[in-house]
Amino acid sequence: MAISNAKTGFLAGALAVSMVGVGFAAVPLYRLFCQVTGFGGTTMRVDAAQAATVPVSNKTIVVRFDANQRSDLPWEFKPEHPTDTVSIGAKDMSIYLAKNLSNEPVTGTATFNVTPALAGQYFNKIQCFCFTEQTLKPGEQVRMPVLFYVDPKIMTDPETKDIEEITLSYTFYPVEKPNMVDQTANGS
Amino acid sequence: MTTIAATGNDLHAHDHHDADHKPGFFARWFMSTNHKDIGTLYLIFAIFAGIVGGAISGLMRLELAAPGIQYLQGWASMMAGKEASLDEAYHMWNVLITAHGLIMVFFMVMPAIIGGFGNWFVPLMIGAPDMAFPRMNNVSFWLTVVAFIMLLGSSFVPGGTGLGAGTGWTVYAPLSTSGSVGPAVDMAIFSLHLAGAASILGAINFITTIFNMRAPGMTLHKMPLFVWSVLVTAFLLLLALPVLAAAITMLLVDRNFGGAFFDAAAGGDPVLYQHLFWFFGHPEVYIMILPGFGIISQIVATFSRKPVFGYLGMAYAMVAIGVVGFVVWAHHMFTTGMSVDMKMYFTAATMVIAVPTGIKIFSWIATMWGGSVSFKTPMVWAMGFIFMFTVGGVTGVVLANGGLDDNLHDTYYVVAHFHYVLSLGAVFSLFAGFYYWFGKMSGRHLNEFLGHLHFWIFFIGVNVLFFPMHFLGNSGMPRRYPDYPEAFAYWNGVASFGYAIMAVGVLVFFINVIWSLVAGRRAEDNYWGEGATTLEWTLTSPPPYHQFETLPVIK
Repeated sequence: MAISNAKTGFLAGALAVSMVGVGFAAVPLYRLFCQVTGFGGTTMRVDAAQAATVPVSNKTIVVRFDANQRSDLPWEFKPEHPTDTVSIGAKDMSIYLAKNLSNEPVTGTATFNVTPALAGQYFNKIQCFCFTEQTLKPGEQVRMPVLFYVDPKIMTDPETKDIEEITLSYTFYPVEKPNMVDQTANGS
Repeated sequence: MTTIAATGNDLHAHDHHDADHKPGFFARWFMSTNHKDIGTLYLIFAIFAGIVGGAISGLMRLELAAPGIQYLQGWASMMAGKEASLDEAYHMWNVLITAHGLIMVFFMVMPAIIGGFGNWFVPLMIGAPDMAFPRMNNVSFWLTVVAFIMLLGSSFVPGGTGLGAGTGWTVYAPLSTSGSVGPAVDMAIFSLHLAGAASILGAINFITTIFNMRAPGMTLHKMPLFVWSVLVTAFLLLLALPVLAAAITMLLVDRNFGGAFFDAAAGGDPVLYQHLFWFFGHPEVYIMILPGFGIISQIVATFSRKPVFGYLGMAYAMVAIGVVGFVVWAHHMFTTGMSVDMKMYFTAATMVIAVPTGIKIFSWIATMWGGSVSFKTPMVWAMGFIFMFTVGGVTGVVLANGGLDDNLHDTYYVVAHFHYVLSLGAVFSLFAGFYYWFGKMSGRHLNEFLGHLHFWIFFIGVNVLFFPMHFLGNSGMPRRYPDYPEAFAYWNGVASFGYAIMAVGVLVFFINVIWSLVAGRRAEDNYWGEGATTLEWTLTSPPPYHQFETLPVIK
């Protein structure tokens, strides 16, 4: 019986340990879930060939552009135009402006989503500065494009067909680089 | 332990009552490996934690008895040792609601119902000499004690705006990360880690005991329903608590090591924390109530002098509640911007749980129906449980509706709902079990009159306390605030009055316990008579220190 107890106890313990693993695995799985389903306003990513096949509707939708940066990123970050009215299905290019206000090169990357959150699955980005990290030299200003379109399926989904305005929001945050650590140490 | 027993108690050595060999006081209570002693320790601990948690709710009802801030700033000043600002007073409120929730969940209900009654009666009911891992059992108990001390200690260190962890029992980010600077929240999280580890070890112990150590003939389908309930609960603990541990570990990383799991400004998502928390949090509410279901089943059958109606249905209803309980968590998050389809799923799945729960309620009633019912104290508590839990269940079905919940979310309606199922459900089942088994555990009878008096005062008190909260919530009074507009004054006053009535009831309970321990009538082996058919009633009251050295055979 003693061996049997140890075995049962071990199996139960292994179950508990594996649930800890499931808990941590939830982080990448949740990200994947958001990317696939557009949950939480996560936008979709498509290539140019796919985008070319989308029919353009004569209905328009307003897209607002929002820009934020985390307090520890010394950048000025804003959209060139705060809103744009686009035909649903048509590709549109929007420009964001970023300027490094510090006297050090700084690398940042942007997190993003749209509201209403349900519009995420129909908001397709062909090209975006948020797909990669951006390094700005001291005082450098860059114009960063976003190429996107709104999927016409948004007009047939009963949950989204009444949406007249989508807000695309970006938040830039610093990326820890080996040389960044020295700078922050010297800077403060 | 055996060596200590041999040297520490020479007095009894010549009695040849090997079963009653007890180690000396320190070894017996501080290094205990005996399931009954550990059960007793858990019950004493839970009663103490219940007094602390109950006193905190008394402070809250005192502050809420009238609109405006009456006492809060004074208490905050007392804690800080200097004049506290209004913001610090508000923080104090958050600390009170956090402490009340965490203490009642992790240090009162769980230790009492699983650690206390589970440890005492699972081995007795399945005819086992002890738990499978007695030393681990001891580790579980003392980890729980350390966790409790850690939580209490957190209220004396800075937690952001003031002293203590003011995050709510849910510890939502970002309030618990960037919103609460200082060691208090770290201490509270560590406390949860320890309490969780203790419960996981306990769960492993129960599963091993129940699977491997049943007496010959005691098949799974012959186990008493209380044992079934603890088995299902142990599995819920094993599957749910590690996820909480992972989530709060991520909180620690976000707080102290520059992580961004839940920081939206660095690519994280605070809603992910809510998903992880409620993946634990919803099964947690069944962890608290399922052993209560088990206790009520034993009591209703005993005092109706009938086997419980639909035994297999009762057992598998608990399994069903446990399984479905894992796929309904987002009904706590209806206002986080879900799509209508998701809300529909979580609404429907939540309502499905009403089916096995209904099976249990109806089977209890069917057990009483046509039975020879005697209204002893445990039975009136059990009937009170069935009534109150049904009220809480009905408001639960209301809240399960995603559409309605948009309106009722975080109002006092929710507070009323979960106090009806916990404070009037789980706590009633605890009192029922206490009155049912006290004689078996202590060897002395509780006083019947005081028991009934306790029941009626407590029953009236908690209903006056919690029923008006439905009205307040329907009128839009939000949770977690120390103040409210004049319009909510009347029912808040009534609720606070109800608290006072309930407190008198608790006083009667303690008088009863003390009186019975000192002067109670000696309990016979089976003092409830022919209705009590489980194995613990075949033993003396209290049972010998080591029972079932010859395993009983169940036909």
